[in-house]
Amino acid sequence: MLGGEYGIFVAAVVLVVALADWHSLHVNFFNWSVAKGLFPDIITVGLRNTVIYTVTGFALGLVGGLLLALMRLSSVLPYRWFAMAYIEVFRGLPALLIFIFVGTGIPLAFPGTELPGGVYGQAAAALGLVSAAYMAETIRAGLEAVPPGQAEAARSLGMSRFRAMRTIVVPQAFRVVIPPLTNELVLLFKDSSLALFIGVSLTQRELTKFGRDLASQQGNTTPILVAGLCYLLITIPLGYLARRLEARQKRGRR
Amino acid sequence: MSAIEIRGLRKTFGTLEVLSGIDLDVESGEVVCVIGPSGSGKSTLLRCVNLLEEPSGGTVTVDGVELTDPDVDIDAARRRIGMVFQSFNLFPHLTVLGNVTVAQRKVLKRDKAEAERVARANLERVGLADKVDSYPEKLSGGQQQRVAIARALAMDPRVMLFDEPTSALDPELVGDVLGVMRGLADEGMTMVVVTHEMSFAREVADRVVFMDGGVVVEQGAPDRVIANPEHERTRTFLARVLDPAAARVGEVDG
Ligand SMILES: Nc1ncnc2c1ncn2[C@@H]1O[C@H](COP(=O)(O)OP(=O)(O)OP(=O)(O)O)[C@@H](O)[C@H]1O
Ligand SMILES: [Mg+2]
Repeated sequence: MLGGEYGIFVAAVVLVVALADWHSLHVNFFNWSVAKGLFPDIITVGLRNTVIYTVTGFALGLVGGLLLALMRLSSVLPYRWFAMAYIEVFRGLPALLIFIFVGTGIPLAFPGTELPGGVYGQAAAALGLVSAAYMAETIRAGLEAVPPGQAEAARSLGMSRFRAMRTIVVPQAFRVVIPPLTNELVLLFKDSSLALFIGVSLTQRELTKFGRDLASQQGNTTPILVAGLCYLLITIPLGYLARRLEARQKRGRR
Repeated sequence: MSAIEIRGLRKTFGTLEVLSGIDLDVESGEVVCVIGPSGSGKSTLLRCVNLLEEPSGGTVTVDGVELTDPDVDIDAARRRIGMVFQSFNLFPHLTVLGNVTVAQRKVLKRDKAEAERVARANLERVGLADKVDSYPEKLSGGQQQRVAIARALAMDPRVMLFDEPTSALDPELVGDVLGVMRGLADEGMTMVVVTHEMSFAREVADRVVFMDGGVVVEQGAPDRVIANPEHERTRTFLARVLDPAAARVGEVDG
């Protein structure tokens, strides 16, 4: 049974090796001179902007997500409604639509207005709007994982609701949500590629647009592959870190 | 003026009436032990005294401030009421010193040096001066509970409430905690203690209050209530607590 599958696999590999045009593959996909020509710009422009969009978007999403999570757990009904509606809407929409909305829709709807930071502001806003909805649910779960006795002890020491949340409950919740938030960071890192739909200038290009532009300029696929490698350089270690943190937390809880 | 005045206190959870009109005064410097079967409303009574539960009716006045007044500054009032929980509720993300200083800093706005001085003095008082830098998880249950007592004392409370402070402890650790509480009583602290430790009640309490079914059934000097109860319900309860083995036989009979 297993031998059969293995045989099919070997046959497929042999077929690919025999039929592939190795020279053309090499020239188009792994072209050294093209790859070398990408540096250092692919790092200093592409990766740099990808990191900027991701980090600012993550920061906005984190603040928004925390606010939404607190509203979601609030005793004030309209807050809860707002948070629930926001979370449902933004998790239900494609991220691309949000980017197009922020990049095109808002300037059309409010001519003359501009988000602070220009394209950087727009990308951060779009990523923040999307990730806030996901992070809100993660953070809410973290807040609910803190035993109610913690808030009670804080309140019984005279802390206000807000103070107890900020000093006692939220820090404990964040320990719980660091691994899932690291995963969220990985997702955002990839989603930052959607910034190419905002209409960025040459110096504002992130990895994906950078790779695409150079690929079409040079009629060669190598730039896209190198851009992909740059993503993996960040996403694989981050994902590994998230799993490590998660595993450590599981052990700690025993 | 009594330190605590409770008048006609009622508390319902939905349709369940847990407290059905409690009248209780605790004089300044008095130690009152509250005893009674599980579910009789002892914890709810204590929690109503610092408004962790909102009373459904009646008034609670502590140190001259009516807490049930809708306009009262409840955070300010709670500062004067120390609370010790069955499950300790130490803040796991803070060291022992952090646990005892955090509310002093954030609520009383004491500066760091002053807060630490007060914390060390109170940790000394509970015999844990050498544990300032430990995290709660590294401490035994008895040590954790003593830190919790120090944490409450650091706020200079006018009254201290204890909800079964030794029920979650291994038997050999109970003595240390009761010793600390006895010391507090000797210093003249006003204390309300929910407990099943009859020897503590007999030796330390000025008064024992027996609750059942959400009312105070009887109260008086410990010798009188424990050794010579007037009411049948008190006798049944005490028989069970003082001789658990016999109680099981009684339950089968009943
Ligand atoms: N938040 C709540 N919601 C609903 N019912 C509650 C709540 N808190 C307490 N109760 C109920 O109120 C009753 C009294 O509870 P309480 O904890 O005051 O009893 P207790 O005398 O402290 O008992 P124990 O000795 O077991 O601690 C119980 O029937 C309990 O189920
Ligand atoms: Mg109780």
